[in-house]
Amino acid sequence: MVATTMAKALNAALADALADDERVLVFGEDVGKLGGVFRITDGLQARFGEKRCFDTPLAEAGIVGFAVGLAMSGLRPVVEMQFDAFAYPAFEQIASHVAKLRNRTRGALSVPMVIRVPYAGGIGGVEHHCDSSEAYYAHTPGLKVVTPATVADAYSLLREAIADPDPVVFLEPKKLYFSSAEADLPAATEPFGRAVVRRPGTDATLVAYGPAVPVALDAAEAAREEGWDLEVVDVRTIVPLDDATITASVRRTGRCVVISEAQGFAGVGAEIAARVQERCFHALHAPVLRVSGLDIPYPAPMLEHTHLPGVDRVLDTVARLQWDDRPDARWLPQGSAA
Amino acid sequence: MTTTPQAVRRASPRIRPPAKKPTKAPAREQAATDPSAALLPHAEPVRLLDPDGTPRPARADYPEPPVEALREMYRRMVVGRRFDAQATALTKQGRLAVYPSSRGQEACQVGAVLAVGHNDWVFPTYRESMALVSRGIDPVEVLTLLRGDWHCGYDPARVRTAPQCTPLATQCVHAAGLAYGEAHQGRDTVALAFIGDGATSEGDFHEGVNFAAVFKAPVVFFVQNNKYAISVPLSRQTAAPSLAYKGVGYGVPSEQVDGNDPVAVLAVLTRAVAHARAGNGPYLVEAHTYRMEPHTNADDATRYRDGAEVDTWRDRDPIARLETYLRTRGALDDAAVAAIAAQAEGYAADLRERMHVQPEVDPLSLFDHVYATPTPQLVEQRELVRAELAAAGEGEG
Ligand SMILES: Cc1ncc(C[n+]2csc(CCOP(=O)(O)OP(=O)(O)O)c2C)c(N)n1
Ligand SMILES: [Mg+2]
Repeated sequence: MVATTMAKALNAALADALADDERVLVFGEDVGKLGGVFRITDGLQARFGEKRCFDTPLAEAGIVGFAVGLAMSGLRPVVEMQFDAFAYPAFEQIASHVAKLRNRTRGALSVPMVIRVPYAGGIGGVEHHCDSSEAYYAHTPGLKVVTPATVADAYSLLREAIADPDPVVFLEPKKLYFSSAEADLPAATEPFGRAVVRRPGTDATLVAYGPAVPVALDAAEAAREEGWDLEVVDVRTIVPLDDATITASVRRTGRCVVISEAQGFAGVGAEIAARVQERCFHALHAPVLRVSGLDIPYPAPMLEHTHLPGVDRVLDTVARLQWDDRPDARWLPQGSAA
Repeated sequence: MTTTPQAVRRASPRIRPPAKKPTKAPAREQAATDPSAALLPHAEPVRLLDPDGTPRPARADYPEPPVEALREMYRRMVVGRRFDAQATALTKQGRLAVYPSSRGQEACQVGAVLAVGHNDWVFPTYRESMALVSRGIDPVEVLTLLRGDWHCGYDPARVRTAPQCTPLATQCVHAAGLAYGEAHQGRDTVALAFIGDGATSEGDFHEGVNFAAVFKAPVVFFVQNNKYAISVPLSRQTAAPSLAYKGVGYGVPSEQVDGNDPVAVLAVLTRAVAHARAGNGPYLVEAHTYRMEPHTNADDATRYRDGAEVDTWRDRDPIARLETYLRTRGALDDAAVAAIAAQAEGYAADLRERMHVQPEVDPLSLFDHVYATPTPQLVEQRELVRAELAAAGEGEG
């Protein structure tokens, strides 16, 4: 095994997909000569030519709408949105067409495509470069929503996304782009729709996805000092969601904290927490708690560390899982005794 | 109020020397019958100074601005370039998260803000830091966004300048709305919307121009065509002969100008602003210029353009061009040039000093301006963060 970065693994996945399937086209802003602002498409135009990997006019609605037409003609577009917030102009195409064409046409038309979006923060980026936009997509039926947290998954999930018969919004945690790990590429990890236990534990389950997975693992490591043995589940595919793996873990541990980097209100973490509570109520020793970013517009670089959920916020939350069987003081009506 | 193309034509007489009539512009030959003729730009960018500073023959459609205005423009361009270099240096020292330089675009940055008044509104992009300091906004307030302590460091209402806009082209529609809103309330404010060549491909550019035209809103859309959108050359953005041709389809008179000719930039924009202020609706100007630096300090321009191309543009330097011209006019001498250079140095030194002070940031201020009144949920979160900070403080102490 060799050490490689998530950026390189994504690049390898695109290259292998271009080599294996001539229907695959990679396009977007600055993906050609420059190789993308994060270099995820580095060298693809030189290797596969301008007809397979090319720059478009600067228009995200255009890029995704164009991809709809290409997919209707039988091609496999893989498009890049340059940053999370710059995908918003494409939202109408995504929500009204990409997500719905199969359904509207009773399956006669489908538009398999991959919309790659570098997302989330932690890189000191200025405004509009750090949004966590997964909830918008996950809330849109018809889209699959995927977010890798490991190098091997980045490769494997992207290959699977490109091969998938449905459109996939592929969210790349940009703070993990240059994280490196030993990985043999091509890697084939667990398929779409499967969550993975990244670290086994017995006392409580931390459920996380994308950029929050390393936070959960660090928190689990730090929790050993407090005497807690925490399990970490990596969701991997937000849609489809693997209820079975998540609930099996929570039934074993009896406690659950859901971690997302995104602002928490009406977010993916809320959905997961609700489902765990519905499915595991009698196995739970404490309410399912959430850890998230704050419900504010993504802050300026000097303040982002206050916004982002870190190990301390996770451990503070784990501490509130009613270990001594007493109700959480925070939720008691004011004035009542704990 | 009428919005017919005829009205636009009458209000905006386009005086064109017949000798210059280009053979490739049939529209203009049909001017009598073709309403687009009055809207189309000249086939060649307007130029009043050659790259070596030699003046071109005077033209009636774009009279040369007064020499005092040109001298002030020169001064601001020199200070602006020094500011820009200082900001780039601050980035290298880690004082700014990122900086998009507008070196090479000084004539556009300064000419645009000189063409509007302090009561007009400016809608800048991330590229316009130089324009904003030239407009008189405090440079530390301008660089707050890039230093990273808040998103917008100046008070937009006070300086009548929208926050620098990063989501491309979105400011075009805002400019249309602002301009219409001001007119609606009986004020003669003009809105100046900056936009880059690449961003003209975004839908919002087209919607902004169209809204302004339909509502006859006094907007000047100023496209700085610096030839690249990060790495993507203009040829990937348009098949039109010039970006100024984009106005005609919306009924908007348009012009193209040599963006490295300070005299022409000021002349063309002055006319565009007068057109808008007189109630004739929007105007579109494309300036041909060049971004001398990479897209930002984080960009590696050698991946997509060669040094020879950059050198060609070095020879078209707007500051040298204006300096030569003003010297021939006797409006500038060695002493004045030295005094302006010293002023620019002083400006940079002051900025350097003030940027070396680490700004105070209050984490609890994160909750201050999400809503006019924080929601109960935000109040709760604020308390949690206060507790986190207290605990962290104890941990350190
Ligand atoms: C909607 C949107 N898409 C993509 C980006 C990323 N981006 C920032 S600047 C830029 C290039 C813009 O080029 P141009 O309009 O020519 O302006 P210039 O930077 O050359 O001044 C891109 C693609 C963005 N800021 N907003
Ligand atoms: Mg440009």
